Amino acid sequence: MAEICLGLIFVGLTMYAVLGGADFGAGFWDLTAGGDRRGGPVRGLIQRSMSPVWEANHVWLIFVLVVSWTAFPVAFGAVFTTFLVPLFLAALGIIMRGTAFALRGQAATIKEARVLGAIFALSSVILPFFLGTVLGGIAAGAVDVADPAPSNDAWTSLVAITAGVLAVLTGAYLSAVFLAGDARRAELPDLERAFRARALGIGVVTGAASIGALFVLRSDARPLYDGLTSGAGLAAVIASVAAGIATLALIWTWRFGLARWTAAAAVAAVVLGWWLATRPDVLPGLPLDEAASPDATLTALVISVALGLLLLVPALLYLYRLVLAGTLSQGYEPLDQQFRPTDGDGS
Amino acid sequence: MLDLGVLAAAAEQVTGVLGDQPAPDAIEARRMQALSLAVHIPIVCFGIAFPAMILFVHGLYLRTGEAHFKALAKRWSKVALTLFAVGVVTGTILSFEFGLLWPDFTATFGEVYGVAFGLEGVAFFLEAIFIAIYVYGWDRLPRRTHFLTGIPIVITGFFGSFCVIAVNGWMNHPEGFGVENGDVVDPEPFNAIFNGNLWHELIHMYLAGYIVAGFIVAGVYAAAHLRGKRDAYHRTGLVVALSFAALAAPAQVIVGDWAGRTVTKDQPIKLAAIEGLPTTTKGAPFTFGGWYDAENNTMNGGIEIPKLLSVLADHDPNATVVGLDTVPPEDRPPVNIVHYSFQIMVGIGTLLAMLGALFVLTLWRHKRLPRSKWFYRGVVVAGPLALVALIAGWVTTEVGRQPWIVYEVMRVEDSVTSSDGLELGFAVLVAVYLLLAVAVAWLLRRLSAQSPEREVVHR
Ligand code: HDD
Ligand code: HEM
Ligand code: HEM
Repeated sequence: MAEICLGLIFVGLTMYAVLGGADFGAGFWDLTAGGDRRGGPVRGLIQRSMSPVWEANHVWLIFVLVVSWTAFPVAFGAVFTTFLVPLFLAALGIIMRGTAFALRGQAATIKEARVLGAIFALSSVILPFFLGTVLGGIAAGAVDVADPAPSNDAWTSLVAITAGVLAVLTGAYLSAVFLAGDARRAELPDLERAFRARALGIGVVTGAASIGALFVLRSDARPLYDGLTSGAGLAAVIASVAAGIATLALIWTWRFGLARWTAAAAVAAVVLGWWLATRPDVLPGLPLDEAASPDATLTALVISVALGLLLLVPALLYLYRLVLAGTLSQGYEPLDQQFRPTDGDGS
Repeated sequence: MLDLGVLAAAAEQVTGVLGDQPAPDAIEARRMQALSLAVHIPIVCFGIAFPAMILFVHGLYLRTGEAHFKALAKRWSKVALTLFAVGVVTGTILSFEFGLLWPDFTATFGEVYGVAFGLEGVAFFLEAIFIAIYVYGWDRLPRRTHFLTGIPIVITGFFGSFCVIAVNGWMNHPEGFGVENGDVVDPEPFNAIFNGNLWHELIHMYLAGYIVAGFIVAGVYAAAHLRGKRDAYHRTGLVVALSFAALAAPAQVIVGDWAGRTVTKDQPIKLAAIEGLPTTTKGAPFTFGGWYDAENNTMNGGIEIPKLLSVLADHDPNATVVGLDTVPPEDRPPVNIVHYSFQIMVGIGTLLAMLGALFVLTLWRHKRLPRSKWFYRGVVVAGPLALVALIAGWVTTEVGRQPWIVYEVMRVEDSVTSSDGLELGFAVLVAVYLLLAVAVAWLLRRLSAQSPEREVVHR
C-alpha cells in the first residue's frame, strides 16, 4: 500500500512536471518574446494554447500535496518546515501567475496586457525555480526528519540551485515542443518555425545542463548519483537520454506530433529514475515503512483515488481531445493585435 | 441533556510528532491563516453557487431561445471562470499553509483527515476540467452536450465543499482515531470524514454560498435598476440571483439553530463564549452586547433576556447551559471576539431572511417585483452584509475553537511552525491579496461595462 501511494505521488509529480512544466515554459517564452509588436504572435499563441488547460494542469500539484500529507505526513511536515522560504515564495508565485494569466484574457488595452503579461511571465520563471530547489534540497538530504527546522542552506546549496535551473529549462523545452505542434495545428508557419528553432536550441542547452547536473550530484549528493548510475536508475537515465535525442531528431525533421510524446517521456524518465534511485526511502534516511501512515489510512486513500481516477481519466481525455481537435480553441490573434481600434474581446 | 463528560473525555492530549523546536510566532501564523481563509472563502461562494445560477439561465435559453438569456449565461460563465482561477490559486495557498504554518498538525493528523483532501483533490480536478469545457464550449459544442458539461461543475462544487468542511468539522469534533501515550493511533479516515459537525456545517456553508453569491450578483443588477436599466437582460439577472439568495436566507436561520444546538451539545465552551455565559446556569438568559472581563470571568453591561438562551440552545426554558467557569482560563477562547462575531452573523442573518421573504412574498402574491426604491437599495447593501456574516460565522467557529487546533486534543501552539520572521511573510501576503482584490474588482467592472449584445454575436 505504501508503495502504491508513493507511486501515486511520483505519477502526480510526473504529470505536473510535464503538463505544469510546459505551462511554466510558456511563461518563459512569453517573457523572452520581445516587444509588443515582435512578441505579439508568440503571446497570442500562448494565450490560445494555455487558456483551456492550465487550471487542470495545475491541479496535479494539489494532488501531489494532498497525497503526500495523507500517506507520508511526517515527511510532508518536515519538508515544509525545512523549505519554508522557497515554498512561501512559490506560493506567492502561484497567486500572481494564475491571477495575471486569467486576467490577461480580459485585458482591454495593450498597456494592461503588458503589465499582466509581465507578472505572469516573470512568476512563471520564478515558480519552477523555487519548486526545483526544494526537490534538489530533498535529494541532497537537507531535511532532518527527526528535528526539522527552517533552513536557508537547504535550498541554496549547489544541488538545490542546479535543480531549480533545470526545472526552468525543462519547462521551457517541453513548452517549445508543444507550442511548435500547436502552431502547426493552428496553421501558423511563422510561429511553427520560431518554436522549432527554440525547441532545438533549448533542447541542446537542457541536455548539456542535465549532464552538468550529474556531476553536481556526484560531488554533493552521492547516494542519489550512485542510484542513478547503477541498476534500474541507470536504465531510466539512459531511457531519458534516448528520448531526448529522439525528440531533437523528430523536431529537426518537423515531426512535432511525435516529438510531443518523446519530450514528455524524457522528463517522465527522469522522475522515474529519481524514484528508482531513492527506493525504498521516502526521504534520504527515512525508509518507506517508517514514513507511511497506518494501513487503514493508506487503503482509504488508495480506494478514494482509484474511484476518483475512474471519473478523472475519461474527463481528462475528453478535455484533451476537445483541445487537440481545436474545438475549444479561441480564434488566434497576435496579442498586440487584439487591442487595435475595435477593442477586441480577448476571450 | 448535558454531558459534562465531554469536557474530561479527551484528557490525553497530543503535542505532535515533529521535534520540539520552540514556536515563537503562533499569532502571526494565525493571522496568516485567517487572512488567507478570509480571501478564499468569499471567492469560493461563487464556485458553489454561480454554476447553478448559470445553468438555470442557460436552461431558460434552451427552452425559449431568447437572446438575452444566452447573453446573461455567457457573461456569468466568464466571470465564474475568472473567479474560479482566483479560487484555485488562493486554495493552493491554503494547501501550502497546512505545511508551512501548521507542519506538526499535518504531520500528526494527516493520516486521519488527509483522505478527505484526497477526495477534494479529485473533486476540484473534475471541476477544473468541466469549467474549462463549459466556458470555452459556448457556440462550439452541440447545444445539449454543452449544457450537460455544466452539470458536473455544480456537483463537484458541492462535493469539494463537502470534503473541506469535513476536515473543519473534524477539527471541531475530532473522531476516528485513538490516542496512546501522546501518539495518534488507529486512524479510521471515513469515521473522521463523517464526524458530528459535518452536516450542519456543510449545509450552513452551502446555503451561505448561495446567500453571498446571490445577493452580491443581485446587487449589481439592483444598482442598475436604480439607474434605470430595466430591460429583460437586467431583470433576469436580478430575479434569478435574488431568487436563489431569497430562498436560502430564511432556511439559513433554521440551519443556524441546528448548528447552535449541536455546538451546545458537543462544544459547550464554544457556546459559552458565543453567548458570553461566565457560569453554568439553569434557565440561562440571552445577552445582547456586553463586554466580557476575562480577569474576573464576568459579563458586564449588555441586555439580558431571561431564559432565552436555554430556549435557543436546548428548546427548553429551564435547561442548564454550561458556563466558561467549567474550564481553566487558559482553555477559554477569546470571548468577546466570538460573542460579537456571532451576534453580527445572527443580526445580519435575520435581516437577510426578512429581505428574502419580502421578495418571495411579493413575487408570489403580486406576480411582480417590489416597487419601492428602498427594496433595491436594500439588495445593494445585502451583498456586502452577507459577506460580513460569512466571515463573522467563520470567526465564531474558528476562534471559538481556540485554544485548540483539534478540539480538546491538540493545541494551536503545539502545531505551529518553528520559524520566526513570519511578520515579513504576513506583510507580503497582505500586499499580494490587496493586489488581487484590486485586480478582481477591475475585472468585474470591465465585464459589466461591456454591452451584453456582444455575447450573442458569434465569434
Ligand atoms: C451568509 C452567511 C451566514 C448567515 C446569514 C448565518 N450564518 Fe451562521 N455561519 C456561517 C454563515 C452564516 C458560516 C458559513 O460562516 C459558518 C462558519 C462555520 C459554518 O459551518 O458556517 C457559520 C457558523 C455558525 C455557527 C457555529 C457552528 C459551529 O461552530 O459548528 C452557529 C451556531 C451559527 N452559524 C448560527 C447561525 C444563526 C442562528 C443564524 C441566523 C440568523 C446564522 N448562523 C446566519
Ligand atoms: C489546518 C487547518 C486549519 C488551521 C490550522 C486553522 C487555524 C486557524 C486559526 C489559528 C485561526 C485564527 C484564530 C484566531 O485568530 O484566534 C483560524 C481562523 C479561521 N479559520 Fe481555521 N484553521 C484550519 C482550517 C480551517 C478550515 C478547513 C476552515 C474552513 C473550512 C477554516 C476557517 C477559518 C476561518 C474563516 C477563520 C477566521 C478568519 C478571520 O479571522 O477573519 N479553518 N483558523
Ligand atoms: C483550509 C481550508 C481550505 C483549503 C486547504 C482549500 C483548498 C482548496 C484548493 C487547493 C482549491 C483549488 C482546487 C483546484 O485547483 O481546482 C480550492 C478551491 C475551492 N475551495 Fe477551498 N480550501 C479550503 C477552504 C474552503 C472552504 C471553507 C470552502 C467552502 C465550502 C471551499 C470550497 C472551495 C471550492 C468550491 C473551490 C473551487 C474553486 C472555486 O470554485 O472558486 N474551500 N480550495
